[in-house]
Amino acid sequence: MIPAAFDYKVAESAEQAISLLGEYGDESKLLAGGHSLIPMMKFRLAAPTVLIDVARISDLSYIREADGHLAIGAMTKHFELETSAAVAEHAPMLGHVAALVGDPSVRHRGTLGGTIAHSDPASDLPAAVLALGGTIVAQGPNGSREIAANEFFTGYFESVLAPDEILTEVRIPTGTGGWNYQKFNRRAQDWAIVGVGVADGGKGISLVNMGSTPVRATAAEEALASGASAADAAALAAQDTEPPQDNNADAAYRSHLATVLTRRALEAAGVA
Amino acid sequence: MDVSMNVNGQSQSHDVEPRTLLVHHIRENVGLTGTNIGCDTSSCGACTVHLDGQSVKSCTVLAVQASDSDITTIEGLAATAQADGSATGDQNWHPMQEAFQQCHALQCGYCTPGMVMAATSFLKENPNPTEDEVREGLEGNLCRCTGYHNIVKAVMSAAGSS
Repeated sequence: MIPAAFDYKVAESAEQAISLLGEYGDESKLLAGGHSLIPMMKFRLAAPTVLIDVARISDLSYIREADGHLAIGAMTKHFELETSAAVAEHAPMLGHVAALVGDPSVRHRGTLGGTIAHSDPASDLPAAVLALGGTIVAQGPNGSREIAANEFFTGYFESVLAPDEILTEVRIPTGTGGWNYQKFNRRAQDWAIVGVGVADGGKGISLVNMGSTPVRATAAEEALASGASAADAAALAAQDTEPPQDNNADAAYRSHLATVLTRRALEAAGVA
Repeated sequence: MDVSMNVNGQSQSHDVEPRTLLVHHIRENVGLTGTNIGCDTSSCGACTVHLDGQSVKSCTVLAVQASDSDITTIEGLAATAQADGSATGDQNWHPMQEAFQQCHALQCGYCTPGMVMAATSFLKENPNPTEDEVREGLEGNLCRCTGYHNIVKAVMSAAGSS
């Protein structure tokens, strides 16, 4: 399968990417690792007429320890997250989850910024960033802004990013609170049928593939904060979600999985 | 547009459409057909090559994305081993190729170039893996013949010899 024809532009900097986005508008797409976009283009689910390659912007590939958080450049690859000593020390859940994405060859190409901007509710890393209380930095023609991960995802493959903005950085609060990630699938490499991320001893609980965006299990988080047991809080994990139905599972099965996986994740994270 | 890259140590410049996939570029423009096309959806790994030393699925990389990079395909693997002195056996092959032959790690052979390229990239990152780690490391490469046992044996054998 070969994608529909397009023009290919290389951005050497975030500023140049923004300027190219301004020039080509809605018909253009930013290309990072391409491991979500290129398959969609091969299936003709996407047919941008201009691709702006941002993967060569070396300024956007870094992992830096900052005050109270880890700053990760958008073009940092999954492989770099899973092998980074700084990530292992300060945000171990992120490195662990990065290593569960796809397979090693996919992780050599896929980027953190790419997967967050792609906003697939079935992807692992957006949900991990959500549970961890991350912040997303976006740059546009008028400068940068910070967006809480809670407010970033707006719908199926949709986010608050404006058409002329580029995601430049993801910030993860550093912490050593109990964490766990449960990914339920049937075959190696598959997306999660349902996934659950627990961060910071249960203060952040997020769900994969339980709606049109990665979502927080708010009812379960609140129950835990009010002193409920892990088992009782987990029973509320699917509350207010609208899980999809597909060949793998119907909505009721997904809701059940969410409660079971949340209980397992909380227990594995050391939450009583 | 003009795309230049180094393939198996040789500079290659071709005029390619931006939508050309790296695997098609390697097979049709560069003329190296050892890299196979299997699923064409980044699942099976038959098209695995090394891009700047790391395994990638060349059906999911555009040739233009690989512009100015170093590509190694199965045809160039033995030469990398001959250059660093690790080549082995009667054929003077890469230790992974020798191990695949010694362990009978293939039947039809279709997945083999991708398996060998993925396995050599994996061992660079994890030189002394456990058997479980080998299986995890090769999760992106599918073989429909062998049941994987001899492939895992070959990778463990190559790890021991390098």
